[in-house]
Amino acid sequence: MSEDEVLLEVRSLKVHFPIEKGSVFRRRVGWVRAVDGVDFRLRKGEALGLVGESGCGKSTTAMAVAQLQGISSGEVLFQGRDMAKLRAPELRKTRMDFQLVFQDPYSSLNPRMRASDIIAEPLNIYARKGIIALRPDEIQAKTLELMERCGLSSSFARRYPHEFSGGQRQRIGIARALALGPKLLIADEPVSALDVSIQSQILNLLKDLQQDFDLSFLFIAHDLGVIEYFCSRIAVMYLGRIVETAPSGELYRSPLHPYTRALLSAVPLPDPVKERSRKRIILKGDVPSPSVERQGCPFMDRCPEAMPRCALKAPKLASEGEGHEVSCFLYPNS
Amino acid sequence: MPATRLAKNSIALAGLAIVALYLLAILVSLVWLPFDPVKIDAEHLLEAPSLASGHLFGTDEFGRDILSRIMKGSLVSLVISISATALGSVVGIFMGIWAGYLGGRWDHWIMRLADVLFSFPSLLLAIFVMAVLGERTYNVVFAIGIVYIPQFARISRGAILTIKPAEFVKAARSSGAGSAYILFRHLLPNILVPIIVQISLSLSVAILLESSLSFLGLGVQPPYPSWGNMLSSARKVMVIAPWTAVYPGLAIVFLVLGFNLLGDGLRDILDPRLKNVK
Repeated sequence: MSEDEVLLEVRSLKVHFPIEKGSVFRRRVGWVRAVDGVDFRLRKGEALGLVGESGCGKSTTAMAVAQLQGISSGEVLFQGRDMAKLRAPELRKTRMDFQLVFQDPYSSLNPRMRASDIIAEPLNIYARKGIIALRPDEIQAKTLELMERCGLSSSFARRYPHEFSGGQRQRIGIARALALGPKLLIADEPVSALDVSIQSQILNLLKDLQQDFDLSFLFIAHDLGVIEYFCSRIAVMYLGRIVETAPSGELYRSPLHPYTRALLSAVPLPDPVKERSRKRIILKGDVPSPSVERQGCPFMDRCPEAMPRCALKAPKLASEGEGHEVSCFLYPNS
Repeated sequence: MPATRLAKNSIALAGLAIVALYLLAILVSLVWLPFDPVKIDAEHLLEAPSLASGHLFGTDEFGRDILSRIMKGSLVSLVISISATALGSVVGIFMGIWAGYLGGRWDHWIMRLADVLFSFPSLLLAIFVMAVLGERTYNVVFAIGIVYIPQFARISRGAILTIKPAEFVKAARSSGAGSAYILFRHLLPNILVPIIVQISLSLSVAILLESSLSFLGLGVQPPYPSWGNMLSSARKVMVIAPWTAVYPGLAIVFLVLGFNLLGDGLRDILDPRLKNVK
């Protein structure tokens, strides 16, 4: 049953940012509902992909899960424990179990630190606080081992970030994230900033590491091709909510939500004959502003299949078959 | 490592040499001076520089040897300049980086305090501080230091704001780092460039500010010499005896040059990205 053990559970997570006006006497004039009721579960060993267009709240969700962003309401349960209720020392201990890989390989490494110092930093911090017992020479050895494991020659240890290429920098970032032996890696668009050829190298590295280190992934991306390759399950986000989740094969075979269908129809196909013959779903308009309070379905304004009912109430995420959940009134359970 | 890089950096070395020359002059002035810098000599008023008389830089309107006065004044000028800059930069940077890092209400009130200090013309503020604290030489340090605080606070806050959103800061927090650690280990080293430039500028402006205060009778009190009060007393006679203004002026110019070269060099030395650039 260890396959089904839930590592991370997010329950009706909301992250709202205040919009303030005035310089001396600040007053709140509204909220940006960046994340507006997100639920998902991530089982041990699973790679859950979170897709959606920019501004849909996927990175904010990742930061909230990583406890780098305060939440407005809802719960983030890691191994069954509510993270918001942890005191600072306990939170610091728990942080060892989930680490981040960032999007931008240029801003994610401190330009004034050497590669080995960057990778060793988490170990040094935890060793100094007495949470892990490692001597400096053990940290050194572990750092070099991590570098080699992530495909970097350990002879590069004394180099500075600017002496590496984008892909190599991303490897440094991955080595740093692995240093504390986490169970969960939160990867916030880890390959979006890289060349296509480097993307596949990094994805293959992450796949290998997933097996070797027994990792689970929360993988944020806007590229469906990347997600399909990497993730076993996919959650599609739109305007701060999850509109559909399914095992990845299933999602690509039979997408249910109109938004998911539109997204998938935008992925270019390698076969030009198929590419010409298929029908594209072009969405009208832009993503509505997340600062406007809305009653109905968030996708209503752009949905090709909108019904009068959609304006009255927001559909909820409900099961439509094995592991497939969708939030749309086209389906009876929503 | 920084020492070997200093040796390779010719700009920093030149700056260091100039500053070292001044330090040497101070050391010498403590034990030996060519003439008594405060003794009035009615027989040698406003003498032009000459080797024969021994007055290498000439004499002023009281017949005092200018070289001796420059040497005697170097201690007080340098001490005021360095300690005022140290005071202003330490306090200002501390205020600025916390304001920028904490944001919100802290940022608001700390920076409003800095704005209040900023709103006074710097000389007026320095005069006000001198009036409150009293006319003592060491109070000049406080007066100039307080003038500097808001400048350093603004610069360091702005620099912090530009790098605070960087992902390596999030990575550090995710690695269990506390605020003070992030601030001093990750953020401060990355804002050194504007701060060093400001420090080398402030060192030189302090000498000029001190001379303004001395000119108004609030700085170093006559007959004790400082470069500032030498310049201001030279105003009356510089048309007929230009050496009274030229030599103290040159003393300031070269020290400022030395500080600026040293600052430029240090900036390059501390930036790993410029390691292999000549």
